[in-house]
Amino acid sequence: MDLLNLGIRSVFIENMVFAYFLGMCSYLAVSKKVSTATGLGIAVVFVLTITVPTNWLLQELILKENALYELTGLAVLKGQSFEFLQFIMFIAVIASMVQLVEMVVEKFSPALYGALGIFLPLIAVNCAILGASLFMVQREYSLAEATVYGFSSGIGWLLAIVALAAIRERMKYSNVPDGMKGLGITMVITGLMGMALLGLSGIKLDFSKEKKSKETAQVETTVQQNTALTELKK
Amino acid sequence: MSEKENNPVTEQNPPLKKESEPLLSKRRKKFISDPLVDDNPITLQVLGICSALAVTSQLEPTFVMAVAVIFVIVFSNLITSLLRNMIPTRIRIITQLAIIATLVILVDQVLRAYFFDVSKLLSVFVGLIITNCIVMGRLEAFAMGNKPWDSVLDGLGSGLGYSWVILAVAFFRELLGSGSLFGFKVWEAIGLGGMPNNGLMVTSVGAFIVLGLIIWVQRSRTGYVEH
Repeated sequence: MDLLNLGIRSVFIENMVFAYFLGMCSYLAVSKKVSTATGLGIAVVFVLTITVPTNWLLQELILKENALYELTGLAVLKGQSFEFLQFIMFIAVIASMVQLVEMVVEKFSPALYGALGIFLPLIAVNCAILGASLFMVQREYSLAEATVYGFSSGIGWLLAIVALAAIRERMKYSNVPDGMKGLGITMVITGLMGMALLGLSGIKLDFSKEKKSKETAQVETTVQQNTALTELKK
Repeated sequence: MSEKENNPVTEQNPPLKKESEPLLSKRRKKFISDPLVDDNPITLQVLGICSALAVTSQLEPTFVMAVAVIFVIVFSNLITSLLRNMIPTRIRIITQLAIIATLVILVDQVLRAYFFDVSKLLSVFVGLIITNCIVMGRLEAFAMGNKPWDSVLDGLGSGLGYSWVILAVAFFRELLGSGSLFGFKVWEAIGLGGMPNNGLMVTSVGAFIVLGLIIWVQRSRTGYVEH
């Protein structure tokens, strides 16, 4: 149940965009239409769910101190740590996973490829992907936690970009000052959306007492509804 | 080269000195001055926002981040420019990523060795310089097609343009959020000890709004309008 807790926390409270500013480049650039934003969002969820556990395996089996020694049994490697290679290995894994996902999707689901195709290469340099892997190492997650974390932070990112795209579509009808058009107003909107999600920061699901959990869940849903409402009003 | 052979050096005709450009000619000065205001990487090109905001709640880590980014941009531009005729076009992205990642690893190791506290504060965001779109953007758009010295200047310009924006954001966030600058308590020093702090400035929300306003001011001055 900790996993559910972690999942909800990474979607709403520690949202990639609103709390850590990750993946902002594509978040700002591809949020003009809801349909394309959804496409990119789904691609990010896809890639995050695959790369975070892969990088976890890489970190635990190869890069960590003594890990390679335990794997191969070579005496030379005893006490050696390859963590300084972390960045370059992670980015290589991400780039090749993106390529692999692209090939697999193209082969097995041409329709999905048509929808995601152009976005996949973009994702290799999306900070959210590398950021999630680095956070996963820093917070010492287990494999299951890493998988849940990857998936749910992807969902959080998807939520953010789709919400922003929906607001920006409506913005055509508002009279924004010239200098504020485009990037400026988008940043301020993001700030306001972040403020709405800030209201969720104390939530912790506790499943040890079943009765309590129901109450918390109820509070959760009401708060969610409230947020959705405020966003709709905007 | 062939010109040189055709014009043998005589006493009346000194070596081809005048053809080489001065190190900081007008054209080259533009590489540095353009990204500062008119073509700023953050406020106009919308690049590198990811890392721009995350570290800006205090001035000190922001300053270190700015120096790190300038270092990475300048040297990756230089290396890419030196290798530009050797990099096959089909694998250029991964080559560029490898160059950037190597430099970022250098920066990270140096920070861990000599500035451990700052390195803890910056946490994963040093690593995220790799995916900073400004660096990739400059390599792809400039260094792949220009000479080394021009590329160094171009990198320096973009790095400085990025730095002043994040330092400005950090200035307002630290001043309004914690009432200090570089950890120095400003309000108390000028006798306004009771000045309340705006807690929102310390959270991510403050960063978004401050950057939004800076973009507004900057674009109103340059007259750039996005449609």
